[in-house]
Amino acid sequence: MSQTPILESRSLHRTFGAVVAAKDINVAIHAGEVVGVIGSNGAGKTTFINMVTGFLPPSAGEIMFNGRSILGLAPRKITRMGMARSFQVAQLFPELTVLDNMLVALSIAESPLPSFLRPLRTPERVEKAEATLKEFGVAAFRDHQVTAVPQGTRKLVDIAMALIANPKMLLLDEPTSGVAVEEKFPLMDSVMEVVRRHGVTVLFVEHDMEIVARYVSRILAFYAGEVIADGPPDQVLDDAKVRELVVGHGHGGHGRARRSS
Amino acid sequence: MTTLLAILVDGSIYASWLFLVAAGLTVIYGVMRILNMAHGSFYAIGAYSAASLVGWWFTGVGGNPYVSYLLLVGAALVSGLVVGLVVEFALLRRMYGKDEILMVIITYALLLILEDAVKLVWGVDPYFTYQPYSLMGRSTFGGLTFAIYDLGLVGVSLAIGISLWLILNKTHKGKLLRAVIHDREVAVAMGVNVKAMFAVTFAVGATLGALAGALTAPAISVSPGIGVEVIVLAFAVVVVGGMGSIGGAAAGAVLVGLTRAMAVHLAPELELFVIYSVMSLVLAVRPQGLFGRTLVRKI
Amino acid sequence: MRLDRTELWLLASGVVLALGVFVLPNWLTFLLTIAFAKGLVVQGVVVQMRAGLVSFGQGLYYCIGGYTVGMGGQWLGVHDAFVLLALSMVAAAVVAMVLGLLLTRYREIFFAMLTLAFSMILYGVLAKSQSLGSTDGFNVHGITALGWTPGSSGKMFVYVLTCGIAAVAAVFLHRLSKSSVGYVCEAIRENEVRVEYLGASPRWTLYSTYVLAAAVSALGGGLTGMATGHVDPEMAYWTTSGEFVFIALLGGIGHVAAPFVAASLFSTVRTYAIQFVPHSWQMILGFVLLGIIIFLPKGLWSLFKRTRKAEARV
Repeated sequence: MSQTPILESRSLHRTFGAVVAAKDINVAIHAGEVVGVIGSNGAGKTTFINMVTGFLPPSAGEIMFNGRSILGLAPRKITRMGMARSFQVAQLFPELTVLDNMLVALSIAESPLPSFLRPLRTPERVEKAEATLKEFGVAAFRDHQVTAVPQGTRKLVDIAMALIANPKMLLLDEPTSGVAVEEKFPLMDSVMEVVRRHGVTVLFVEHDMEIVARYVSRILAFYAGEVIADGPPDQVLDDAKVRELVVGHGHGGHGRARRSS
Repeated sequence: MTTLLAILVDGSIYASWLFLVAAGLTVIYGVMRILNMAHGSFYAIGAYSAASLVGWWFTGVGGNPYVSYLLLVGAALVSGLVVGLVVEFALLRRMYGKDEILMVIITYALLLILEDAVKLVWGVDPYFTYQPYSLMGRSTFGGLTFAIYDLGLVGVSLAIGISLWLILNKTHKGKLLRAVIHDREVAVAMGVNVKAMFAVTFAVGATLGALAGALTAPAISVSPGIGVEVIVLAFAVVVVGGMGSIGGAAAGAVLVGLTRAMAVHLAPELELFVIYSVMSLVLAVRPQGLFGRTLVRKI
Repeated sequence: MRLDRTELWLLASGVVLALGVFVLPNWLTFLLTIAFAKGLVVQGVVVQMRAGLVSFGQGLYYCIGGYTVGMGGQWLGVHDAFVLLALSMVAAAVVAMVLGLLLTRYREIFFAMLTLAFSMILYGVLAKSQSLGSTDGFNVHGITALGWTPGSSGKMFVYVLTCGIAAVAAVFLHRLSKSSVGYVCEAIRENEVRVEYLGASPRWTLYSTYVLAAAVSALGGGLTGMATGHVDPEMAYWTTSGEFVFIALLGGIGHVAAPFVAASLFSTVRTYAIQFVPHSWQMILGFVLLGIIIFLPKGLWSLFKRTRKAEARV
């Protein structure tokens, strides 16, 4: 892989007072990869995502997206460059219907300065939003208010809203957290299928090792703000350090325990 | 030189008055996160109670004039505590945990109710209770004449400020209260009775408002609308200093007080303009106020 | 430009109400003029409420609108109603463009307090301006329309004008609420962080909405000045703004006609209340307001319930 990485971080540091949340993170992700990020709570996974998406300024280091520095850019600017994200707790507009949530996302994706007089619901937009909902298998909830929709569906809508802008890269922050155990694999199946169809590069944070092992081509293992392993799934998951510090630890084990019970 | 002295003295007097008015507001916001629009009504109720009681003492009873000072304070304590507790119990208790802006609107409704309640109880004709004011006489200082009552106000204001600070920082209850301010959930977990704390805080805040009104009553004509005027001044002071901070309220009062005194002596047409300009300016540069600590928002 | 059902209905109501000038008694047309003019100011409050912002200083633009109409006649020699109203909107928009730069950095009570402070600054300036009549304000007269001088039927003319402007404004605001910006404003109220992450600038959206709200409110101020023939600094006093917030909450943010209906109700009740229970009018308002908050939580709660979790958990 000699071409420019789609996302690259160089010597990324971040401290919160005395706590080191990110320490010398050097990661390069190439177009088409599906990368899983693992690590126990507080290992620095979300901090990494927050820095990469412009929510949190790093204390030091450089972040490149498509060969351009995105350091210091506001989240909306980074989004517009083609990096979308979903959230650990689905971030929707609860008073609006599922369709309207999608339409808002689509309308913003079309133009950063939304129109004052053109209606939100144009036939073209509705058609595209419906098509995307269908891809995720949640079209039946189209006219439901978000508050009346099951948790798993909300997570899918959250991801669908990120994807409707046709991003080059998608960051998924714990796509299966808060979802019932038996729904986790079906949910990931539909997400990964759509993502593959759109040819989007994916980086996702996940506690459940089985899910990570099944869907990713590469794993980044975080511990105490550092990347302690980076490589193909079998290699990383067999790594002694990773087994000791990440896999047999905290949420990773927890997810497994729940699944087997 | 005389003007400078006049500005300083007038400014201190006005600042002490502002602090008296704002202290209750900032205490309530600090502990309960309620920006209480009805604070001006507590001020008005204190002023009316004091004016009618002292008026009765002089014209109806003809008692010892010096007792009137006790009556001023007594009227404020009783009216403030009663109204504060009633309002807390009947209304606010049901509203805790609501959004801050919604609490503003709820207390705005309360202000509308209390404004008319005051008119129904005391009528719309002004009350004059100049006796406690004139009793103390005047004093000449550096070529300027000041009412001793006004200077006394500076002392009272200082005393209240220092006591509040001592209570919050040096007593056991005060420390518990600060725990509530710092983290309500942790305080509840530690077994602090937050409900009781809130009730007491609101009553104390209301009483401070009533006290400010009672102490001001002898210097003004007590008439409808005084509460509505006062509340925006109190907002300005509290916002400038940083909402919820006693020290901030003091600093805000001094800043606004001196600025206003300067305007009154040097450019009287700017009097009102400067007060709200100071408020806007501070908010623009330091939205959390001079002594405030909370950040406004994250993105 | 095709009109939908609501828009046709709004325009028809405007026409019917305007035709009422031939049958309705003068006191009623005057009451409605004031009510609709206030309704326009309230529209400005409501547009911001949809985006989650409560302005306790909309009186600022009400006052700017009124004073521009008054001063245009007094000092610029402009008497044409349409030109004066256009000037009002421009003046308000210019002020809003400057203040909006600062205000859109704030939310919740900080926004409320700062809007209040700005309107009190204007009050402070006007109350001390000798040449503008200080606290008494001054009279507005000699309104003309496209070269026609209504003379003794001036009040009737202002009524018809107000009905027309209110109807057109309602259509425009209805479009706005269905437009992308309208929905993005709702989205900002519910989850501002997500709006940013979708790629829009919440601040810019709020800024343009703020300026627009100012212009609409100024229309209300200008029409009030023409109808009453008088403007004074009280228009910028914070209690006036409080009244607008009250009417906005009374009507709710659900329908574009609500501010006009609520303002009419408000004006009517006030007329009778002041006559029969002069010292209980505000008390009634206070209890009604509490009633709305306690018994109609759906409309109101959603207004202020911003997704806190969003900010905490991103």
